[in-house]
Order: sequence, then structure tokens, then C-alpha cells
Amino acid sequence: MISLRNLTKYYGLTLAVDDISFDVEKGTVVGFLGPNGAGKTTTVRIITGYLAATSGSVLVDNLNIETESLEVRKKIGYLPENSPIYLDMNVLDYIKFMQSMRWEEGIINGRRIEEVIEICGLGDVLQKNNGELSKGYRQRVGLAQALIHDPEILILDEPTAGLDPNQIIEIRNLIRKLGSQKTIILCSHILPEVEATCNRVLIISRGKIVADGSPTQLQASFEGKGILTLQIKNNLDTFSEKITSVPGIERIISSEPVSDNLVEMHVETVKGTDPRENVFRLCMETDSVLMEMKRVETSLEDIFRELTQKE
Amino acid sequence: MHQILILARKEFRSYFDSPVAYVVITLFLLIAGWQFSTALFLSNTADLRSLFNMQRFILLFFIPALSMRLISEEKRLGTIELLMTLPIKDWQLVLGKFLAAYLLVAITIFLTLIHYITISILGEPDLGAAVGGYLGIILIVGVYLSIGIFTSSLTQNQIVAFIVAFVIIFTLFILRSVIVFFPGFIASILEYLSIDYHFDNIARGVIDSRDLIYYFSMMFLFLFLTVQSLESRKWK
Repeated sequence: MISLRNLTKYYGLTLAVDDISFDVEKGTVVGFLGPNGAGKTTTVRIITGYLAATSGSVLVDNLNIETESLEVRKKIGYLPENSPIYLDMNVLDYIKFMQSMRWEEGIINGRRIEEVIEICGLGDVLQKNNGELSKGYRQRVGLAQALIHDPEILILDEPTAGLDPNQIIEIRNLIRKLGSQKTIILCSHILPEVEATCNRVLIISRGKIVADGSPTQLQASFEGKGILTLQIKNNLDTFSEKITSVPGIERIISSEPVSDNLVEMHVETVKGTDPRENVFRLCMETDSVLMEMKRVETSLEDIFRELTQKE
Repeated sequence: MHQILILARKEFRSYFDSPVAYVVITLFLLIAGWQFSTALFLSNTADLRSLFNMQRFILLFFIPALSMRLISEEKRLGTIELLMTLPIKDWQLVLGKFLAAYLLVAITIFLTLIHYITISILGEPDLGAAVGGYLGIILIVGVYLSIGIFTSSLTQNQIVAFIVAFVIIFTLFILRSVIVFFPGFIASILEYLSIDYHFDNIARGVIDSRDLIYYFSMMFLFLFLTVQSLESRKWK
């Protein structure tokens, strides 16, 4: 559906996007994840035809975005960062205006306007001025505008920025619902958002793609050392002595007494192993009681931080 | 094509969403009417020359005031990104906005036809000169507006757009008064560039293709520059 090849963009001498290549298949929701200034917005601006790449090519549905820009733009619905709208128009007029600007035989229709109003939940604010809207509604108006021509591809740049938690959840649900019918590129610097809505994550840092896969895949391939939290009762000394020699256990991170005879330990496990069984056997061997055992996996957040903070 | 008109209609309407259009039109008509009636009683002749002279002068300020927000406001709000990712070409956007402003000013100027009616009751004004004068003013407005829309595309600050437009227009306006300081060769070039020089020909009722070419090529030049300025975002 969308394929980028060796996309590079310089702003003057600053390199914003560094030789990016990837493909997006039809019907996937791709999360474009990266810290602020990583090159997400620049990349989507190139795909939407707002900016031109310094080198490299983008094909949308096998149409070249430079030579067949207008055809490509018809297929894309775009919600730019901060959802810019005309502040002096009312919501309904604005949606009508955006639809008529995309006017094509058969596409202009009031039914679609009603549908979009319904999807985006704008029924209550139609007569309000755009300038009076809260940020959440403003974002929804931006989304309505992006959906008005029922595009195959939806590009959303930080759609939940500045919203309150309830609004964030609403927008996420909306994206998930739309994701079943459309190809979506979602830019975000917020991890849980991407985890919750996307079936593929691209992590971008300093203009380069540093990771690509489904959230679970990423977790699996980047899984670092896990951590076990243990609460042990009885024979603490022998247990602590022997735990480090258990296969799969790297070292004791901390050990704090909870009460006289009870201790809470954090131990690091060797990468890619699950030594919980071994720990249980050790307890039987040393005649200690295992009160609690919990395994903490490396979260996507840790991966994200690790990938994007490397110098 | 329809998109140009839809955009033009939206822009035209948005002039009336804020007090700008009302204030500008009212001021324009007041000043033009006051100047016209003063001159009428002083000279005691039934012609519109004083009206046209006055209009050319007031338009120096009024056109930049009406054109300053056309593109700069889109840049400030960020809506330019939406507009430019719609399936329409950049020149269509520029033309749509240009037409909207043109229509507004044209309506304002034709409202001063009331003065023509007044003097045709009092005397017998020269119809040819009136038609030529109005045509000349409308053409001048086109040039001023194309300059205004160009400067509006350079910045996201309306005031900057206004000032730069005013400076360019004022330079073209006073060109004719300064040519005496230049040698003949340069003077003739400056005279050709002067807006007034061409206006005088048309206002006399002589519609010469050279003057029309001047106005249309000036409009084309600045609209072309506007499109280039918008497309500069795509420079590599």
C-alpha cells in the first residue's frame, strides 16, 4: 500500500530523515513511534505531499507521490500535528468546506457528512465555532475532516496530544475501530498508545528506523534480562548462598528483610531464560518456604528507551 | 476549477466573519466620498478625476490591509498544511484567494458609482473617461492585490505582510515622481514600471494593449512568485 525507499530529508544541513525504507501493507495499523524530533512528522509530511524528500521515493498504491501527487492525496486522509482548523468557521461549515474542496463526482454527499459526524461524535457541537472548541473536540473535528472522503489511508500525527485520559481512550477506541477497514499510520511518542492500537510498531530515532515489528515481536526480540521478585521464609542464609549458583540466575539485585524471618529479594535472570522452576527446587532443597515469586518482563517502554536514548 | 471557486467563496465569506471587511469598506467609501465632494465644489467641474486620484492613493493602504492575512494566517494556524495536502494544485489555492479579495475590492469600488450618478445629474460627465478610470482602478487593484498576496505568503505575521506589501506598492506608486532624477534611459524603464503612467493612459479613455499587458504581466508575475514561495517548502 505504502512503500518508502531510501527516503532522506535534509533541512538545510540538518538531517531529519536518514535513509528510511519500509512497506506498509493494506489494512495494518502502523505505529510510528519516536521521541520528539525523531523525524516522524517530517516523514508523514513527505508521504502526504506537503514536503518533498531530498532523495528516495515513496509509492502509495504504486503511484509515485511526486509525479502523481494529486492522485495520491485523494487516497489519504491526514490529521496534521495539533489539528489545525479555521477558527472563525463553525464545525458543520468547516466539514462541508473540507468535503467540497475534495469534491469529486459522487463523493460529495450529505450522508457521508452525517456518518462522519456520527463516527467522531460531533453531533452536539455542529453549530459551535471552531475557536470555541475544547482540545478534544478540536481533535475530533480534525479527524472528521480526515475521514470525510472515506480515504483508504489515514495518517494521524499525534492524535491524542493534549487530551485528558477519557478523551485519549475515546480516540484510541476510534482508531482501533477504523483500523479494521483502513490502513493507518499513527505518529506518537506515547508508548501505551501505540501498544494499544497498532499491530505493527516502527521505532524511529534520529531519523533512522531502529526497530520494526508487532508489539509482541519487539518484546520478544529485545527481551533483556528479566527480574524475579521473591519472598522467602526460613533458612535465609543457605538460600541466599545457593541462589546465585542456580542455572539462569545472574545475581541478587537487592535483599530486604520484611520481617524477622521473611525476606524480599530481587534477582536478575540470564537473558532468554525462565529459572522459576529452578528457584522452586532450590527452596525444597534448602527447606525454605516460597511465599511469593513474580517475573517482570522487560516492557516495550524499556525497549523504547534503550533504542532511542543510545548516543 | 470548482475548487478555486469554493475556496474563493469561503475566503470571501470569512472577510465578513470579522469586522475587517466592514471597517475597510466603510472607511474607503467615507474617505473617497469626502475627497470627491470637496474637490467637486472646489473645481466645479463634472468629472471623476479627483475620485480616481483619491482612490489610487487610499488603495495603497487598503489593499495590503485586505490581503495581509490571506496566506500568512493559514501559516500561523497551520491550516496551510491541510490545504496543501488536499488534491488541488498550489496555483489553484493562490488564484482562489486572489479572486476572493479581488471581488471584495471590486464591489467596494463599484459602490463609488454613486458619485458618477450624482455628477451626471448635475452636469454631463465624460462617459469614456469614467469607464476608462474604473477599468484602470480595477486593474491597479489587481496588481496591488497580487503584491499583497505575495508578501502574505512570505511570512506568518500579518503586520510584516502588510508593511512589505505597502513598501513595494508605494515604490511602484512614487516611481513616476522620482524619474526626473535619473538619466533618460533608466527613466524610461522606470516610467514603464510606474503604475501611474499606465493608469493615465487608460483614464484618458485610451485603452492600449501595452498598458493592459503591463497590468496583466505584473499580476501574473506576483501571483507566479506567490506560487513559487508556497512551493519553496518542497525545495530540496
